[in-house]
Amino acid sequence: MSTETTAKDSRSREKAPAGERVADWADGRLGIYSLAKANMRKIFPDHWSFMLGEVCLYSFIIIILTGVYLTLFFHPSMNEVEYHGSYVPLQGQLMSEAFNSTMHISFDVRGGLLIRQIHHWAALIFLAGMFVHMMRVFFTGAFRKPREVNWLFGFLLFVLGMFTGFTGYSLPDDLLSGTGVRFMEGAVLSVPIVGTYLSFFLFGGEFPGGDFVARFYSIHVLLLPGIMLGLVVAHLILVFYHKHTQFAGPGKSNKNVVGMPLLPVYMAKAGGFFFLVFGVIAAISAIASINPIWSMGPYRPDQVSTGAQPDWYMGFSEGLIRVMPGWEINFWGHTLVLGVFIPLVIFPLVLVAIAVYPFIESWVTGDKREHHILDRPRNVPTRTAFGVAWITWYMVLLIGGGNDLWATHFHLSINAITWFVRIAFFVAPVLAFVITKRICLGLQRRDKDKVLHGRESGIIKRLPHGEFIEVHEPLSQDALHTLTAHEQYVPAQIGPTVDENGVERKVKGSEKLRAKLSEAYYGEEAQIPKPTVEEYKEITSGHGHH
Amino acid sequence: MKKLSARRRHPLAAVVVLLLALACTGGLYVLLAPTSEAKADTTAQSLAIDEGKKLYAVGCASCHGTGGQGTTDGPSLVGVGAAAVDFQVGTGRMPAQQPGAQVPKKKNIYSQAEIDQLAAYISSLGAGPNVPTEAQYGPEGADIAKGGELFRTNCAQCHNFTGKGGALTHGKFAPDLEGVSPKHIYEAMQTGPQNMPSFPDTTLSEQNKQDIIAYLDAVNGEDTESPGGLELGGLGPVSEGLFGWIFGLGSLIAVAVWVAARTAKAKKS
Repeated sequence: MSTETTAKDSRSREKAPAGERVADWADGRLGIYSLAKANMRKIFPDHWSFMLGEVCLYSFIIIILTGVYLTLFFHPSMNEVEYHGSYVPLQGQLMSEAFNSTMHISFDVRGGLLIRQIHHWAALIFLAGMFVHMMRVFFTGAFRKPREVNWLFGFLLFVLGMFTGFTGYSLPDDLLSGTGVRFMEGAVLSVPIVGTYLSFFLFGGEFPGGDFVARFYSIHVLLLPGIMLGLVVAHLILVFYHKHTQFAGPGKSNKNVVGMPLLPVYMAKAGGFFFLVFGVIAAISAIASINPIWSMGPYRPDQVSTGAQPDWYMGFSEGLIRVMPGWEINFWGHTLVLGVFIPLVIFPLVLVAIAVYPFIESWVTGDKREHHILDRPRNVPTRTAFGVAWITWYMVLLIGGGNDLWATHFHLSINAITWFVRIAFFVAPVLAFVITKRICLGLQRRDKDKVLHGRESGIIKRLPHGEFIEVHEPLSQDALHTLTAHEQYVPAQIGPTVDENGVERKVKGSEKLRAKLSEAYYGEEAQIPKPTVEEYKEITSGHGHH
Repeated sequence: MKKLSARRRHPLAAVVVLLLALACTGGLYVLLAPTSEAKADTTAQSLAIDEGKKLYAVGCASCHGTGGQGTTDGPSLVGVGAAAVDFQVGTGRMPAQQPGAQVPKKKNIYSQAEIDQLAAYISSLGAGPNVPTEAQYGPEGADIAKGGELFRTNCAQCHNFTGKGGALTHGKFAPDLEGVSPKHIYEAMQTGPQNMPSFPDTTLSEQNKQDIIAYLDAVNGEDTESPGGLELGGLGPVSEGLFGWIFGLGSLIAVAVWVAARTAKAKKS
């Protein structure tokens, strides 16, 4: 150490080292020193679930990198060509240039198929990662003030990711994705009055026309990823600005962040994690085939295959269509295709239901304070139950989207599955809500029991007079804190209905609704009062007699 | 030789000799005795029909009626032809084990000779498509790519892109075509078994059928390669999605847990 400093001193008299000079140069123009000073020691808490967002970020980067490679060889054109590549079972077939070039990438470009599969697998994992990340944020209440806007950014990223995925897998113009585009066209057509105009506008005329691949291409490689990139940056800036949330624990409060600094710890961890994510995705892409367009063949509007499903993130819309009865209304020579239009309306509602939840919760609770300590899901039973109900709803629709494969693989009737989904669409979320709430309350009781009576040690002791008791070990101070750190709210009241002069004031309907919902959130039925200090003292002073 | 001569005076020697002699006479009788009186005065064809009728009475008549006229439990077999019999019995579908949405294929317990006899009997009830010959369904002169186009136009909507099978209404299904012999595929197209429509030569010519069979062999046969790695059932995005969630995101979460567990520990002050 000392020799180093002397060496440095001696050098500073002559000339600063090259690195320092470069840094000085950059600081003079970019102000990197103050930026680094403010951010390099930024503290981040440690928990595996906080890395789910990183999984999304890294898979997004992987998608961009591989996507750029694919654009070098892909021809977004629907001109008809004859196939003369290396895949024998398609030789001599007519296909669009888009399909032809994707075949070329898959079979004749060095590393092409691997890159294609990395691109596609990374997309599936990106969306799945966003889903799980969103659920992590949801169930821990990380969306509360001040993070509502970032929740919306994340939600937008998920929705845009869905459509980027859709436009992406439609590009090869294969029979599977072409059927998906046809599906979309059907949905557009079902819009009353403007449906046909919209469809002609989208496809530049009658479906499929010769335009949609080129149009989807610009949307897929330029428009949507551009917006997403901007949102990702904004999302990350807000994470920095808000600081990361943390779970309750000794030494952790709403005013601090306990963890490790960005530099060097998280830079190393995050950098390493990027390569791990890339490695896992590359390994999966090398092992398992995805979207084998050579098996599906080129798209032709007169052909269709069974098992025509979208990628998983669009699966719930497939489910909506598959289970919807084929209702339609005919009048004055016009047809209103409710069998398609109703699913088209429910499709965004399914997504919006989860997106608006943070705002509903903050309205109901009237809580306008900042929250940086995460909730344990059990301590907020109503929110947790709502989340589980939503996931159940989503999963039920996914089952509907794959009803044919459920039928063949479990030897069931597809009609029975369809009816199950129709009923479960309404019933399953309610059941899930009730059951989850009960489970949460049970877990709260369990926590209370643990705090007051300690941990069951499994040791059975026989007392002198013959009674058997199980020895309970008291919890550590840390554990006691963690289990009792959460706040418990009281239901919001409507407030006095007469003012100080005794004049009756009109109570608005929304106020009443809010009081009712608040009661449902925090009433006696909705939470187990956490143990008080008095209770704890009373029980623990009893010398082991519980 | 020494062993034999040493034991010829054994008390059981006579019994062994007697048994050998009995087996010899019995065997010779089986070989030489006249097999049946009918052999002399009937052709091989009518013999096959007779034998087929007997097999039919045992295995089929309870559902299809004593004369193949059909009952409430099974359709009439008049005019279905030898190809239908060869397919249904050859794939083990018939005789059916139990009524249901669809009769699945199972282990075939008839020999090819018996199936031919049954087929001879059924085609004697009324003319129908014959069992195709190797020249009709063999790979020679088939156009695989054309077969693929025909398959996607006529077959894929039930059997999936590469014939992995799919669901039909009320528990019925289009089976996976992997491992189905070319002859049976030809017969199925020709006769339209169970819920399948039939594709007679006027709809799909002999050449078309041959092309389709060659295509199936190329994309869903034993030697089919999957250029991208594991095929995941060849069922499309549903199995891909499941795989992505379980093995893709699953292993990434496992990695995240692993990384998070290896955190830098604060130095003890």
